[in-house]
Amino acid sequence: MGEKILYAFISVFLTINYGFLLNGLIRKIYARVGRRHGIPFYQMYIDLLKSLALRTNIRHGVMFYLGPVFRFTGGIGLFLFMPVIFGSELFANFSFSGDLLLLLSFQFFGTLGMALGASESGHPNSAIGVTRGLAQMTAVEVPFVMALMAIAVQYQSISLHEIVAAQQGGITNWTLFTNPLAVVAGMLAVLGSFMRPPFDVVLAPQEIPIGPPTEYHSNYMVYLQSNRAIYPLAKSILIMNLFFGGATSFGEMMLKTFLVIMWSVFVGVSFPRFRVEQSIRWFLGIPLIIGVLAIVYVQFFLN
Amino acid sequence: MSLEDLYRKTTISPDGEEFEINPIEDYFCTDKPEEVKPVQNILEKFYNWARSESIWILGFGTGCGAIEMRPLMTPRFDAYRYGIQWRPTPRQANLLIISGYLSTKTLKRVIRVYEQMQNPKYVMALGSCTINGGMYFDSYNTIKRLDYYLPVDVYVAGCMPRPEALLAGVVKLKTLIKTGMAEGANDYANRFDWYKTNQKAVILNWDMPDYNW
Amino acid sequence: MFQKIIEKINLKYPIDVVSKKSDKLMFLTVHKNTAVNTVQYLKDDLGFKHLVLLTAVDFLEQGKFQLTYLLNNPDIKIDIGVRVLIERESATMESAHSLWPTIATYQRELREMFGIDFPDSPGVNDEFILEGWNNTPPYRRDFDTKAFAANFYHQRNSRENNDPSAHMKKNLYPNE
Ligand code: SF4
Repeated sequence: MGEKILYAFISVFLTINYGFLLNGLIRKIYARVGRRHGIPFYQMYIDLLKSLALRTNIRHGVMFYLGPVFRFTGGIGLFLFMPVIFGSELFANFSFSGDLLLLLSFQFFGTLGMALGASESGHPNSAIGVTRGLAQMTAVEVPFVMALMAIAVQYQSISLHEIVAAQQGGITNWTLFTNPLAVVAGMLAVLGSFMRPPFDVVLAPQEIPIGPPTEYHSNYMVYLQSNRAIYPLAKSILIMNLFFGGATSFGEMMLKTFLVIMWSVFVGVSFPRFRVEQSIRWFLGIPLIIGVLAIVYVQFFLN
Repeated sequence: MSLEDLYRKTTISPDGEEFEINPIEDYFCTDKPEEVKPVQNILEKFYNWARSESIWILGFGTGCGAIEMRPLMTPRFDAYRYGIQWRPTPRQANLLIISGYLSTKTLKRVIRVYEQMQNPKYVMALGSCTINGGMYFDSYNTIKRLDYYLPVDVYVAGCMPRPEALLAGVVKLKTLIKTGMAEGANDYANRFDWYKTNQKAVILNWDMPDYNW
Repeated sequence: MFQKIIEKINLKYPIDVVSKKSDKLMFLTVHKNTAVNTVQYLKDDLGFKHLVLLTAVDFLEQGKFQLTYLLNNPDIKIDIGVRVLIERESATMESAHSLWPTIATYQRELREMFGIDFPDSPGVNDEFILEGWNNTPPYRRDFDTKAFAANFYHQRNSRENNDPSAHMKKNLYPNE
């Protein structure tokens, strides 16, 4: 067990750093698409240092502390209960049979934590900010769960480990080829949880100066930013495990998650933002229909 | 909120119960700001470097100059190169740019915003209006020199300064931070009473606590 | 076009002065008592539905304020300004907020900047731009803005004021 914890620390540490650099790279890509030189790719680290170096900070009570902690826990938890690299003890983390259901609930954990923390900060607009976030999150989950269920039925399992194991042995065994409908539905739905355009109005900080993180600074900010590094990565590891055959080495993991994240980046730089109600309508449209079709397909044609 | 709402008074609850409230004490912290002396060691130098390389500007524009700040985000000037980013809230920002004349009404808001920022914080003032009144030197409603009301780290002259001048101002601010000379927040805490006297001399209806955390 | 409008108004309310500025713009000066009625007539019956602005001019020497209701008829694309002169001493004017609710904002501004009262206008005594002003209303011409600014706000003493043309002449063409 002790070893396991140590391994978990190592894998979290590596992944967070990978996430920071990846985020820097993505900002660079955004800048280059806009024909700008862009911020340095290591800017994240400086920002963290700066936030840590603030000399004063403001407290609003216990829940205010716990908000970012919950959020960070949501990201880390999502990461820790997944087998990151198939067959590697170091990166197996704490995955167990039935973890798929746990992962689903962990996605909400962060936003709910922020809801509690932000309401304690006394910011009058935090409630509407959190509500918008949760509403969109819920709309994202619906098609995503459809895709998950299609896969669970297909492999007769809700253990991520078994799902990955079933996809080993050649590229044609990936869900991508055995159940393309579920993959399409899942990939469309997951765009909503990468916090990039067109679905980032809920947190776009410059346009809407409201929302949960308004009051957070210094150390709390460090938590939130670390979460922003690890959460999309954890999400893309989940996608990789479900759809693209998992990874058997760190290099493969990096490549596949990179490509999954690039998918959201490409969509992000090409499309303008949706308003919240528009994006909810969108998620409950095409992705949901494809998701339902995927289940029908699995149920009646695959077995 | 009007002036009378801020002081101690008796209210009647929906159940008909009478009780006394004092909004200034109930909702606001009345402590004064405190100076946090920087420890002169290598860590502080390192931190100062980090602060200077990560400047978060508060998106708050006053006067004509607010329009000159926008080009900084565009490809032509691209302030992001210098580690500058815009933040929507005073809690996270560490640079407040006063982009032009300040009417006393805006000054009141600016003071609130400035006080909500966390130490260390910097102020950059643009344009002749903040330096000596500029073309509004005879206006009934605008202040003429900002450094009487807030500690200013860098003035950028011009009417209006071009974005290049603004960038030059930021680079100057960076050197100030690196050498540890941009201690506006501590200055504000030290000479708090002086600043407050000046502020209250021009803001006629002071309907807020003395220090807005 | 204007002639017809003037005739129609004249049947109901007296007009003192007509000053035609162009094919599209005309000013009528009317009595204080009938001013709001004239405006209402223009709005309800002659199609001047859009209130462009309500503003005031201070005629200090005559001891009068001149109010101008600038109206626009979007169908025939014509502007008419209805002018009315009111006494400067304890200036009051009938409120027109029953015609356009938005006019209350103009009246609030005039109340603050010129000290013209509009009884019954909603929120007319609320602060508009100035907060806690306790001096002569600043747009009145007997208010000395420069002296006020010099006394009230902290100055930077190094400031020099130059007359632009004299300054340029001295610096650029000293010999002429
Ligand atoms: S300095 Fe010039 S441009 Fe700037 S606020 Fe004053 S008048 Fe406007």
